[in-house]
Amino acid sequence: MPLRSLVICAILAFAAGLAVASFAGFREFVPGLLEGALVTVEITIGGCILAVIAAFIAAMAKMYGSWPVRWLAVTYIEIFRGTSALVQLFWLFFVLPRFGLTMDPLTVAILALGLNVGAYGAEVVRGAVTAVPRGQWEATIALNMSRVQSLRRIIVPQAIVAMIPPWGNLFIELLKATAIVSLITISDIAFRAQQMNATTYRTTEIFSLALVIYLALAMVITIIMRQFERLAARGLARGASH
Amino acid sequence: LKFWDWAFAWEILPILLRASIVTLEATILGFIIAAILGLAFAIGRMFGPKWLSVPLAGFIEFIRSTPLLIQIFFIYFVFPEYGVILPAMAAGVMALGLHYATYCSEVYRAGFANIPRGQWEATIALNLLPYYTFRDVIPQAIPPIVPALGNYLVALFKDTPLLSAIAVLELMQTAKIIGSDTFRYTEPITEVGIIFLIFSLVAAALIRLVEARLNRRTTRP
Repeated sequence: MPLRSLVICAILAFAAGLAVASFAGFREFVPGLLEGALVTVEITIGGCILAVIAAFIAAMAKMYGSWPVRWLAVTYIEIFRGTSALVQLFWLFFVLPRFGLTMDPLTVAILALGLNVGAYGAEVVRGAVTAVPRGQWEATIALNMSRVQSLRRIIVPQAIVAMIPPWGNLFIELLKATAIVSLITISDIAFRAQQMNATTYRTTEIFSLALVIYLALAMVITIIMRQFERLAARGLARGASH
Repeated sequence: LKFWDWAFAWEILPILLRASIVTLEATILGFIIAAILGLAFAIGRMFGPKWLSVPLAGFIEFIRSTPLLIQIFFIYFVFPEYGVILPAMAAGVMALGLHYATYCSEVYRAGFANIPRGQWEATIALNLLPYYTFRDVIPQAIPPIVPALGNYLVALFKDTPLLSAIAVLELMQTAKIIGSDTFRYTEPITEVGIIFLIFSLVAAALIRLVEARLNRRTTRP
């Protein structure tokens, strides 16, 4: 879908949602769910930032580290990809306090989701970096660049262009995964929906509205990532033409 | 209080292993739904008339970009409002199946797109009825997409702990109950993590094996 029709879709969906919400009986649920959406957005942004950092560190460690570092990175990636996000969340929430590490639930949520998505992201980063043509590496050797220099100036900037679409998918996965933080008592959209459902029993309205809010947030992520993609591609094209 | 109590860990292991049978049941049933419904979605979206394919594409996009947990709640709490009362396990399996059907339909779509055009043209040349067209052409798309479907099987397996939110007695819910009864969460939750890790690593190895087999068979002239 081209960007403009996506934007139009998002606006239409939002307007339709608002119209339905104000005419049908579910106006009363909007403020509560939007408050929850704020928490969801907060966790999503925190998780995305952590995921990108973790993914880059793990990918670089796996590709260029000495063997103990590489082994550590592989263990991290396999453990977080091999178990489910909910198990990781509960583990951090229930088990870490026993080691004397007590964190507030919000931090635990960002940590669990960020590390989980970061493990998947590490493979994305690794794939994109290995996909950079060999000639680029050879050129950096010819220019006598150190490995860190060539990665930072030549290889990674090119890899980032290829990385953006898969990262967009991962960010949407992360947004969807934030629903599980309601199970460790964080009042996000899913938690508010359940709470309101328990007091009012208006299940259809509440859960439909919750789904629509998640859809709108996912669309926002798609739009932002499209924008990034265009920016990055433009930068690359300019670099190549000079 | 110790960090890790071996006696306790051994005591609860059989309970958790028994619960893992429920997890595997949910995985298998959910994946059967996902594989069949996904094929129906893909065929409807690619070959259906416009009034079917456009809303279907929108529906698939909608399911794919909203959280599975809310979909589980939706089926478990909203369907009874309209007279469809489901036990927790059935609701959970349906939600898992529906959610992953949308992912599988994209896999099938890629598979169909990879069938050489000549195959479709041949069915037109032979004047085959749609039934025979599908019967003869679609099976060609299956072998190359088996590994991709396998990856979604593992992903579905890793999403089954979400069923604990509607109190299905699978691994995670059993671990939580043990935890709240004994105030020891370290052992049950760690063991659940290890069980998941073992299953997923074994599954990943099996997928790699199947992939190698299929590649060998297709590259042999």
